[in-house]
Amino acid sequence: MSLEKTEHFEMYRRMQRIRCFEEAVKTLEVEGHLSIGQEGAIVGACMALRDDDFITGTHRSHGHPIGKGAKLKPLMAELLGKATGICGGRGGSMHLADFSVGVVGESAIVGGGIPLATGAGFSAQVRGTDQVSLCFFGDGASNQGTFGESMNLAAVWKLPVIFFCENNGYAISTSVEKSHGQPDIAKRADGYGMPGVIVDGQDALAVYRVTNDAVIRARKGDGPTLIEAKTYRFEEHCDNLNILIPYRSQEEINHHVTTRDPIDIYQASLLAMQKVTQRDLDTITSEVKLEVDAAVKFAQESAFPDPADIYQNMYSSPIDYSA
Amino acid sequence: MLDTIEKPPIADKYTTARLSYMDAIVLAQKEEMLRDESVVLIGEDISIYGGTELVKSFDENRVRNMPISENSFTGMGIGAAMTGLRPIVDLTIASFTYLASDQIINQASKLRYMTGGQIQVPIVFRTGMYYKIGNAAQHSDRPYPFFMSAPGLKIIVPSTPADMKGLLKSAVRDDDPVMIFEDCNLWAKKQQVSTDPDYLIPVGRADIKRAGSDVTIISIGACLPMVLAASDTLQKQGISAEVVDPRTLVPLDRETLIQSVAKTGRLVIVDNAHRTNSAASEIAAVIAEEAFESLRKPIQRVTTPDVHIPFSSVLEKTVYPTVADVIEAVNKIQ
Repeated sequence: MSLEKTEHFEMYRRMQRIRCFEEAVKTLEVEGHLSIGQEGAIVGACMALRDDDFITGTHRSHGHPIGKGAKLKPLMAELLGKATGICGGRGGSMHLADFSVGVVGESAIVGGGIPLATGAGFSAQVRGTDQVSLCFFGDGASNQGTFGESMNLAAVWKLPVIFFCENNGYAISTSVEKSHGQPDIAKRADGYGMPGVIVDGQDALAVYRVTNDAVIRARKGDGPTLIEAKTYRFEEHCDNLNILIPYRSQEEINHHVTTRDPIDIYQASLLAMQKVTQRDLDTITSEVKLEVDAAVKFAQESAFPDPADIYQNMYSSPIDYSA
Repeated sequence: MLDTIEKPPIADKYTTARLSYMDAIVLAQKEEMLRDESVVLIGEDISIYGGTELVKSFDENRVRNMPISENSFTGMGIGAAMTGLRPIVDLTIASFTYLASDQIINQASKLRYMTGGQIQVPIVFRTGMYYKIGNAAQHSDRPYPFFMSAPGLKIIVPSTPADMKGLLKSAVRDDDPVMIFEDCNLWAKKQQVSTDPDYLIPVGRADIKRAGSDVTIISIGACLPMVLAASDTLQKQGISAEVVDPRTLVPLDRETLIQSVAKTGRLVIVDNAHRTNSAASEIAAVIAEEAFESLRKPIQRVTTPDVHIPFSSVLEKTVYPTVADVIEAVNKIQ
């Protein structure tokens, strides 16, 4: 299945949204776990999903809701801890979960979202819908017990789940090389009885294609797929991290930034297909910048939560003792 | 003397049936699964220990036997709860809740709050406390106090068949995560229970199991038969004990407990959990803070000491609270 021109534009727009959003975050006084460099993997995967499909994400949570189509204002306001934030200022940088676009959770417990995504797939199967659930997780999470347990559960019950590993090479400062017995996480799929696919995570179109295949398979009831997108984190794990012993070289970072930028790669392939002009893309980028500027303004002008509301949403149905 | 073990509250148009505690566990789940097709049951070896009836009554779509992956099938239930189902997760033996505690605490209890109320997590975590039967320390935990420390969960410890049926059904209908701690020592206990399929006991309501005037004995979970036996003996001594069962530990029905202590002026709390940070400890703190002026004597806790549960029955039978311990604690504050 190939994308229509409007879908290409939407894919490009969402990638630029993540990039511009994150560039804006860098200028703000907030802690951020930035997705710059991983836009191709995130948006390529999300474009293969329907609006009513589910995703779960990770502590690097800004990109996933944007990739799934979330509005930027509540996300930016959340980063500033404002009442208008998507989580009312209770989540922050590691938890930009927007349920309205199907984000069931962004977990700061590494690997914590994998069972939740499996459950969203289980729910779709029990309810008899053809929704699918896509679970974003990193190379670090693949060493948690929830990875193996959930992969097995999904395979046993042929759940409509796509296990999508954003392998950016590093769990904070620990490289895949130093934490995995063999570097290709997708190879583990065979041990659980499902297909495993490796894809260049910097090539959004390639990511879209393999995810789309996995989605079709899941919707048909043929079960889960493990996709490993080899990607790269251009920025540090998060702000204010005191890295005294370098874990990756500046040469390595420069190589990825200058030759492996997912937006550059996608832009080049779009222009090569002659489907779009540079002007079309520039227009989208300009629109996105305005959108991000408006989100920052909205976030900055929004009020902080009222401390009197700190207990709000502890329970859905608190007990009324007066009754 | 009203004893609700013999006389449960019942709706007029329904009769009662004599049910065991185990029957009540099974019937509550069956009725709720018949009532609402979004209720599903997941867990290990479901067909054993009472689940046979559920396996026979519903297809595999709604009753799913799980591989031994407690943390992930618990998380799977949580993910399903956020996306349209009302799962009951059977965590079999209470010591296994530690394995599932990451998903229960870090996800189920926190997600509604952390998402600013965007979602609900209507899920029930059932687990059985198998102790006093020579299973040694890794199968004999009574870990409800551990989970009382995690805000966002509701925690239930039913002590009678009627309470089990009414509370388990309320838990399934509740929109928040509810942990229900069942007690294998009560499985065979029988009582007349309403056949009303909407027989519900509200979460967060204590029950006065026996009215009295001289001392309040707060009994947690399966301590109840033993506490009632102790109160019989105390009655013969001329001491009228009021036996109060909180039934729900979170949220705690403080009002009922405080009112009872205000009436009697004396408090003994009996809890099978380990002493440190037990449910008894929390209740003692609540009463000390909010009803200190009602107390004529210091609060007494009767608990299991901070020792692991030994295998040998000669050793094991020495650790849990007994009738004699309760009587001794009451006499100490006369």
